[in-house]
Amino acid sequence: MEKTVRFRARLSDGIANIKLMIFHEMETGYRKDKNSGEIIPQHFIHTVHVDKNNERVLEVHWSRSVSKNPYLNFMVPGAQTGDTITVTWFDNKGFSGDGSVELK
Amino acid sequence: MSLLQSTERREFLRSAFAIVGTLIVTPSHSSDWDQIAYNKTRIVDSIKSVGIDDFSNIIDGSDLIELNTPEIAENGAIVPITIQSQIPQTERIFVFSEKNPQPLVSDYVFSTKVTPYVASRIKMAETSYVHVLVLADGKFYRTAKEVKVTIGGCGEE
Repeated sequence: MEKTVRFRARLSDGIANIKLMIFHEMETGYRKDKNSGEIIPQHFIHTVHVDKNNERVLEVHWSRSVSKNPYLNFMVPGAQTGDTITVTWFDNKGFSGDGSVELK
Repeated sequence: MSLLQSTERREFLRSAFAIVGTLIVTPSHSSDWDQIAYNKTRIVDSIKSVGIDDFSNIIDGSDLIELNTPEIAENGAIVPITIQSQIPQTERIFVFSEKNPQPLVSDYVFSTKVTPYVASRIKMAETSYVHVLVLADGKFYRTAKEVKVTIGGCGEE
């Protein structure tokens, strides 16, 4: 399956600094197709779940006003080598995707 | 005569109780994506719909909430925003872009296992204030910053 989440994770002094990007159009529903002139329907991620070793630690809700290919940065204290951070996203058309990173 | 067979009725009652049970255990600020709040078109209504009835109850949190945005954003489609709350027991952070067609941009529900910090990138339709509300220990705190937008980022390419 195509990767939809790209991570950059750094563990330092027990704090995991997680940066990620989700590949998604985040279409507002206000843009017009250049060729046909028709409105491009809204298509955006509304929910992102962040789990550390299968425990929910952060829940994110977005609107169409979040930029294309959303970037997210958060911090997880009390983290150690071998912990896994998993991100699962859900959009308004019923699509979803996930990705995970193991802390080193 | 009952419209439901007894097994169906049991099923129905069970699911009805399951729903009631959910309602009871869910805190007042449910953590599902709130379509109603996200569809409001005026900032006052967006703010009300996240659970604030009386604006005078919002505490000035500008000393306790670090909000970083660019003063000038040349491209409204990509405006970086960083928020860090120093308020103990921060449970949730809401972000609004005042003049966007729907002002509520995002909200973050924090467990105690993550730092009350988040960075992301948002679209801004035009120059306006970015408002941040922090819910901590049942109270709302606010801060805001103006971002001057050169090219709006909602409809344009």
